[in-house]
Amino acid sequence: MTIKPDLILIRFGEFTIKGRNRKQFERRLVEQVRRVVSPFKTVKLIQTFGRLYIELNEESYEAIAKELKHVFGIVSFSPVLRAEMELESIRERALELMLSCVPSPRTFKVSVRRVVKSFPHESQAMNHLVGGHVLRAMPELKVDVRNPEVELRLELQPEGAFLFTDVVPAAGGFPYGTNGKAMLMLSGGIDSPVAGYLAMRKGLEIEAIHFHSYPFTSDQAKEKVITLARRLCEISGVPMKLHLVSFTEIQTSFTQCNQDHLIITLMRRSMMRIAQKLAEKSGALGIVTGDSLGQVASQTLSSMNVIGRTVDLPLLRPLIMSDKQEIINLAEEIGTFATSILPYEDCCTLFVPKSPSTNPNLNVVMKVESFIPRLDEMIAEAVATTEEIVLRPGEQHEAEQAGQDDWF
Amino acid sequence: MYYFDHSASSPPHEEVVRTLTEVMVQHYANPSSLHRGGQEASKLLERARVVIAKQFGTSPSEWVFTSGGTESNNAAILGAARQYRGRGRHLITTQIEHPSVYDTFKKLEHEGFRVTYLPVDREGRITADQVEQALTAETILVSVMHVNNETGAIQPIHEVGRLLKGRPRILFHVDGVQSVGKLPVSLQESGIDLFSASAHKIRGPRGVGLLYVRQGIELQPILAGGGQENGLRPGTENVAAIVAAAKAFRLAIESQPARHSQMSKLRRRLAEWLESKPQLFVNGGGKEAAGNGKNGTVAPHIINFSYPGMKPEVVVHMLEEHGILASTKSACSSKDSKPSRILEAMGCDNARASSGIRISFGDEHDEKAIDWLCAQLELVTTKLARLERKEERS
Repeated sequence: MTIKPDLILIRFGEFTIKGRNRKQFERRLVEQVRRVVSPFKTVKLIQTFGRLYIELNEESYEAIAKELKHVFGIVSFSPVLRAEMELESIRERALELMLSCVPSPRTFKVSVRRVVKSFPHESQAMNHLVGGHVLRAMPELKVDVRNPEVELRLELQPEGAFLFTDVVPAAGGFPYGTNGKAMLMLSGGIDSPVAGYLAMRKGLEIEAIHFHSYPFTSDQAKEKVITLARRLCEISGVPMKLHLVSFTEIQTSFTQCNQDHLIITLMRRSMMRIAQKLAEKSGALGIVTGDSLGQVASQTLSSMNVIGRTVDLPLLRPLIMSDKQEIINLAEEIGTFATSILPYEDCCTLFVPKSPSTNPNLNVVMKVESFIPRLDEMIAEAVATTEEIVLRPGEQHEAEQAGQDDWF
Repeated sequence: MYYFDHSASSPPHEEVVRTLTEVMVQHYANPSSLHRGGQEASKLLERARVVIAKQFGTSPSEWVFTSGGTESNNAAILGAARQYRGRGRHLITTQIEHPSVYDTFKKLEHEGFRVTYLPVDREGRITADQVEQALTAETILVSVMHVNNETGAIQPIHEVGRLLKGRPRILFHVDGVQSVGKLPVSLQESGIDLFSASAHKIRGPRGVGLLYVRQGIELQPILAGGGQENGLRPGTENVAAIVAAAKAFRLAIESQPARHSQMSKLRRRLAEWLESKPQLFVNGGGKEAAGNGKNGTVAPHIINFSYPGMKPEVVVHMLEEHGILASTKSACSSKDSKPSRILEAMGCDNARASSGIRISFGDEHDEKAIDWLCAQLELVTTKLARLERKEERS
């Protein structure tokens, strides 16, 4: 679109069918939209039945659109031109809109929704009055009602005559936190932030857990995870808790039991136990992981069987059937990819054996665990010494706390 | 002494100098070092990037720090052309670009690229239609400066950007060295893929340039080395100058609207006086051209005029004796005595193209400074009147 839209029309998602909760969902959604447009001082929100409009007042459509794409619960939105409630103005703006389409379409159709029944021309008549005007000015253009390249939509609403052609898909899903709370295992890799995003999109409230093995892992690795969690928190627009668990002692104890190929399995099992204990403390009812079937040794079906048996809470694996490229695409879209690929070693890449077991035996694993001195105590200790950070949207980024404020 | 050469370089803001010295003293570690000192320096660098990204409504990962406007222009144009040469070998720019752009395109001609140099009108401007007509299926890059450094002419980058938005295979580079802080710049809305800026033109330190590389675009680096700046610009980062530059950009951009209205008044005042002198000719936009707000065709801080029949160096030296510092052509090319390539492109005759003088304002100037400048110009032109070489005028 090469002209400045006057408004953005926002369409709500699947939750509109849920009768009783609808009011609450809508309220949450409007709150979220209000939050993402708050930096744009002159915009105004107009809420009507089942619809939400953003009046742009010269603010940048592109910048706001970028934010709206990640508001959970919005199915799609459209940049809208407003015309006066009279034929000449509508025709003029309709033509303006059609001329701005890039590339110039060969076929189009006009669809009219006349909500204001007092408007002098009926929908069918408007269709011809507007379409005819466009056709006269754009001789190359043809009408195709079945499969048009561009659908020019006109809505005659009490708030004005609205024209648009683009329908931009957005995140969809449910407004944040309308489906309960779960813990997210956040490693610092590509997958787990995407899993967190998908969980949040389905309306889950998320608390993140990260395991570190300082000094084997660095402060940079920890900061990388904080950056990722912060990004998720920016997307949801709601404060997020990040639990930082010191895993050094447990992890080093595994390296001493001469079962190198089982290290990853053992680690994952202990991580799960710790996650479940933290979930109990936080009142969360599930654990979200970035597992994707067969991607690495710990994500084969038999590994997941041995690892998953440590906990009773439902394990939610949004990426389980996704291919790596699909996950990467999503990571890029939500803005976590560039951070995820920073090359700092985390727990899961540390002490990785040459050939980790893809088919661990549950009995063997349990036996090995039973020989590890103080494992339960170490787990309890890790839970007790967990560091908690609360990240808030719009808060200064780590980097923004560097140096003295008056230097910038 | 009145300094009217801000487009060549500007006096650093005192706040910028304070940041520069304090950071230089306290954070000398190499940002790539693993220890705390290095990490602190690295965070300062990232904070500077965040500050700059915010000013342009972009994300921090899209900004690369370079050594200046020249390097940014070179890195953008060479980097994009070489990276995407597989898509096609046709490039488009204008006849009035800064040498760091113009000569870079000349260089690319030797690498097998075909370059279209768009001509400009008498005001020194191109149109988006010209760009559209020059496009071919082979075109991969269009580079247009925002504000011309000699005349201040504003190019229709927004319109060009809009035109190119429908053609995602063609990258759009804008040299914004003279426009940042003087005009509003909206990178996303104007569909700009690559953008260059320089700190010392906006009261920042020398030696820091910015290059905006829109997310998703890959450039072939022009330097090889230690992988800093995502591999795009290796070399140990000049942390103190970069932090100081971030401050300079923030100050310049935040005060841009106020600066524009103040400077356009000054420009109008000076243009009115120049236009009243029969022996002097304003090159490019006249007294109304800076407009008010968005509708200007010339930047508010530059005015270029010719004194045909008089060597511009003579005028500049005489002005200096009268307490005025100004430039002939742009500072970068003022040492050769050839006629200005820019003024020639605008259709000025030889006498006029060889006698251009550039006045560029700064924040310290007010109406009094302009009146003083006019009074001195009056004195200088009166003294020089009998030395005019009329036969050179055509």
